[in-house]
Amino acid sequence: MGKCEFADAFKEEREKSGIGKMDDQGDPVVMLLKHKDVRKAAHNYKSFSSEAVPGRIVVPSEVNIRTTRQIPFEVDPPMHKEYRSLLDAWFKRPLQDAYKKELTTIISTVLDDVLSRDKVDVVTDLALVIQSRALTLLLNVPFSKSVKWISWGTHVFRSEGEALDGDKAAILYNYIDEEIDKAIANPSGDLYSTLLAAEVEGKKLTKEEVKGVLILTFAGGRDTVINALTNSISYFSANKEALEQLHSTPEIINNAVEEFVRYFSPLTHMGRVVTEDTTVCEHAVQADSRISLCWASANRDEKVFENANEIVLDRKINPHVGFGFSHHNCLGATHARQIMRITLKLLAEKVGDITVLEAEENIENLGEFTRKVGYNSLKATFKKR
Amino acid sequence: MAKITFITSNNEKITVEATAGSVMELAVNNNIQGIDGDCGGVCSCATCHVFVAPEDVDKVGVASEIETDMLELADDANEYSRLCCQISVSDAIDNVVLTVAK
Repeated sequence: MGKCEFADAFKEEREKSGIGKMDDQGDPVVMLLKHKDVRKAAHNYKSFSSEAVPGRIVVPSEVNIRTTRQIPFEVDPPMHKEYRSLLDAWFKRPLQDAYKKELTTIISTVLDDVLSRDKVDVVTDLALVIQSRALTLLLNVPFSKSVKWISWGTHVFRSEGEALDGDKAAILYNYIDEEIDKAIANPSGDLYSTLLAAEVEGKKLTKEEVKGVLILTFAGGRDTVINALTNSISYFSANKEALEQLHSTPEIINNAVEEFVRYFSPLTHMGRVVTEDTTVCEHAVQADSRISLCWASANRDEKVFENANEIVLDRKINPHVGFGFSHHNCLGATHARQIMRITLKLLAEKVGDITVLEAEENIENLGEFTRKVGYNSLKATFKKR
Repeated sequence: MAKITFITSNNEKITVEATAGSVMELAVNNNIQGIDGDCGGVCSCATCHVFVAPEDVDKVGVASEIETDMLELADDANEYSRLCCQISVSDAIDNVVLTVAK
């Protein structure tokens, strides 16, 4: 096992037509593949709206499994800005020293456990555990809450062999309903209570709005963070010198994190609903049809990135769109970046070697494209430095 | 050593000093309100948008193509806009004034 290749699934079509097409449960999607087109469309919320029927901008569509609008993700400006302004301070907490310290303790404990074992599954024993325990910090809830989240497994909406699993989604929605009710009965300093007490445009947030923020927080940061962590570990197994490089030059850790996010693009794409007949990349699209902004393709666009298919750990200029772009850039990005930065720092300090023994790839089917987004399972050994 | 003055959205004027690094790092290290520098300075997030005082434009220099492309899609950008992660601290920019974008 020496390979860590995440091929550019979109190169041919990106260079030929600039778009891809896929069906999605009878609601087709025109995928924008070029960096410039993706950024322009992401910025143009008037023609390409996020405020469609809840679940429709997600690909695969979640229209059949939820009715709650995710906030602020499924709201367009100007209302989007009202919600985002309310949430930004909370979601920037990962920049605080105390938060970083607690996150360091969480990740350090998981890595020490991994190092004490003969063999681990990176997905379930490392990435899922770090993601779930770190989420207790983001929500400011007791650490013990993470036990249940870990028991849910690697995907909240998705399960093997089935893109969308309504029963599994209901587990999350019911859980959030219960937690909101508990917060109403016993307010505390957690995200539920903070949102329940918050106002937008002079009105208190409704339970449904609070639920919309929480669904986004749980689901948006689940398999994305897990894939980013797992894929990075697979890279360190295939490139033995990389951990050493981070150890000897820790000042490049931030560059390495941004480069991993670019290269692995944990979220392949995100949809928008077209509001008026228009064109994308000289291709006509009709009102009420769907496009998607293919972050994964844009992040390999050779017109923007030199050696786009290589990981350059200390890449200096990296205008990637791995956290999306413009108004709807990832609300949880500050948290995700801290998880990645601290994990890389601690791996470089503690771990001398990572060797992958078995890998089961997670392949997405996107119409004419297939893309490796991560692993369902990654068995590996970790040795101390 | 360069002295740089930031004007924040609440009209607070803060002058700080440094000898090296980027202006974004200088701002973040001094808790300048409105400069987040989320991506750490790789020109990916546009959370370090400033307006250079017109008289300081020559000192600070012009944006690269990648930075310009980013600024084109930033709200409220104008001809004085820069992403300050792309401005290096040096004697050449001593006494410049940067207004933080909202």
